[in-house]
Amino acid sequence: MRMIGVLGLAALAFAAGGAAQAETIKIGVVLPFSGANADLGHQIDKAFDLYVKLHANDIAPHKVELIKRDEGPPTGAQAKTVATELITNDKVPILTGFVFSPSAIALAPVATQAKVPMVIANAGTAWITNLSPYIVRLSFSMWHPAFPMGAYAFNKIGCKTAAMAYTDFPPGKDSTEAFKTGFEKAGGKITDAIPMGSPVQVPDFTPFFQKIKDEHPDCMYVFIPSGAHATGVMKAYGELGMRKAGIKLIGPMDLIPDNKLQDMGDAAIGTIVMGHYAVDLDSAGNKTFNEEWHKAYGKDSYPDFMSAAGWDTMHAIFDTIKKLNGNVSDGAKVVDAMKGWSADGPRGKVMIDPATRDIVQDEHAMEVYRKPDGKLGERILGTTKAVKDECKELKVGRCGS
Amino acid sequence: MPHFAIVAVSILFDGMAYAMFLFITSVGLSVTMGLMGFVNLAHGAFAMAGGFVVVSLTRSYGVGFVPSLIFASVLIGLISARLERRLYRRLYKSTDLEQVLLTIGLAFMAIATATYFYGPIPRSVPLPDWLEGDVNLGFRAFPSYRAFLIAIGVVLIAVLWYAFERTNIGAKIRAAVDNRRMAESVGINVDRLFTLTFAVGSGLAALGGGLAIQLFGLTPSFAVLYLVLFLIVVAVGGLGSLKGTLLAALVIGIIDTGGKYAFPVAGNLFIYAITAIVLLYKPTGFFGRE
Repeated sequence: MRMIGVLGLAALAFAAGGAAQAETIKIGVVLPFSGANADLGHQIDKAFDLYVKLHANDIAPHKVELIKRDEGPPTGAQAKTVATELITNDKVPILTGFVFSPSAIALAPVATQAKVPMVIANAGTAWITNLSPYIVRLSFSMWHPAFPMGAYAFNKIGCKTAAMAYTDFPPGKDSTEAFKTGFEKAGGKITDAIPMGSPVQVPDFTPFFQKIKDEHPDCMYVFIPSGAHATGVMKAYGELGMRKAGIKLIGPMDLIPDNKLQDMGDAAIGTIVMGHYAVDLDSAGNKTFNEEWHKAYGKDSYPDFMSAAGWDTMHAIFDTIKKLNGNVSDGAKVVDAMKGWSADGPRGKVMIDPATRDIVQDEHAMEVYRKPDGKLGERILGTTKAVKDECKELKVGRCGS
Repeated sequence: MPHFAIVAVSILFDGMAYAMFLFITSVGLSVTMGLMGFVNLAHGAFAMAGGFVVVSLTRSYGVGFVPSLIFASVLIGLISARLERRLYRRLYKSTDLEQVLLTIGLAFMAIATATYFYGPIPRSVPLPDWLEGDVNLGFRAFPSYRAFLIAIGVVLIAVLWYAFERTNIGAKIRAAVDNRRMAESVGINVDRLFTLTFAVGSGLAALGGGLAIQLFGLTPSFAVLYLVLFLIVVAVGGLGSLKGTLLAALVIGIIDTGGKYAFPVAGNLFIYAITAIVLLYKPTGFFGRE
């Protein structure tokens, strides 16, 4: 600390009249580093570190210091504690991270009261951005993939009927609600909606899927909080021989996280998801992103949609620091500076909608297939450009308030 | 076959497979608690360690799945015997709180160690071809892996029952569970007996951990995530009772699977409801001593 102080004074002394004062900007990072979902935190943390390492000079003479705290389990309690500490003790002017919706929901009132911007890198329950004017979301709303998936499933995949199975917490309900809205609008019929327990433990998916298999819909829409759950879903789906029985597996991209895809085996082939990122996505931004990722973390480590959002999140924070010339102490100004931000990132062109402070991005329908080199990959079947959060556009439920 | 019967058979089948995993993993915990009154919350850590040994052997050394399972349970059994001698033994006379603190601490250390070496990403194992497909019984196809799980469970139950009820060592263990001081006074070396049962129990936990990879995927937090479930099986079955643990595992496995199939909205309600009802009427579990 003392060292930093001395450096700060030195920088001050060297700064000629009128030149910007070099600031070290503390950024509070709240991500799950422990528990069943720790790998989700690591996927974003790696993207944060990578961006900061490669782009440190972009904001010179200012610097950032990431203060990392454990978000804990997907209940929000621990996230609220550590984030409040970051605000009151470490006096961070910007908070970021937040994998789980309950964390973001629990923290929204704190952000409003402390006037500290929360830049969300994952948590996807649609109405989170309505909870505080200090929330900006760089990741997605559950509606981003789920709503267009409804029409796509009916029109292109050939699902006339579909059963939905979801992990029983806010984003699960949100995702199935969005799919249902889109699917029924297109003319499809939902046969069942099955809650599959809490996100904390990976359950035995067999009884749930067996029930769906017996009901025999055309498609099964599954939402799970990515990570360990995704592997479990694929195993149960494969074991029960559901594809052979004619039930197609569809869902948002959480179903096939890129860093677990290779482990999933043949059961995953043919799965169709809607999402805004895949390692195989063909864009200039994604190519550099993947190259830098492999250079830093080895060839067997893969980024995924969370890492992509993590990268864009740090990009937006850096651009904002540059725009405000390091003066980020006024939370409202930081949020204003982020409104309308746009960039070409790993996901392609993304933008922050100034009206909702939520992301606008392309959504791709992607199918898992075996690539010529023997590895599993995702091929793009179709793309919807510049998708906004339809939940807020249509003012559904809490999104309308 | 009528639809209802097919559903009942599949619930029974899936429930049995789940029950066998519960039984294999919990039986060691039950015997440890029954024999020494020792609360070993690190039991799940042995299961997790067994799982990672299987992952390493199959993924890095190309050993087959079944030999890896056997190797993992023997290895973890031996390691646990050392731990029992060095660490656990000191705390047999201590209070429950001290035992719980030591063992939950060990569990957290195990999680941190596994995270350091393997990372938090869930691991899976390559299965041999004969475990990948399904067995078709005409009216319904059953996943071969679950059939394999049930087969292992049945064999283990037979072996354990024989060892417990028909061998000299089994008789000594039962004697020690019933009345430790009396058993010691007739010349049974209860300490050595305990090291043995502890090692076997931990080895079985490791086997359960290895078998669970295909069901749930394996992460370091496996050590504590399913611990509550194991403790419920032990409590409902009755401490130290083989029969009780088996019955509890079957009841919980089958009713939980059936409940999830028929009333998914109820979530985990069924497990907790059974536990509450059984313990209300029999506070020591199905076959626990009063």
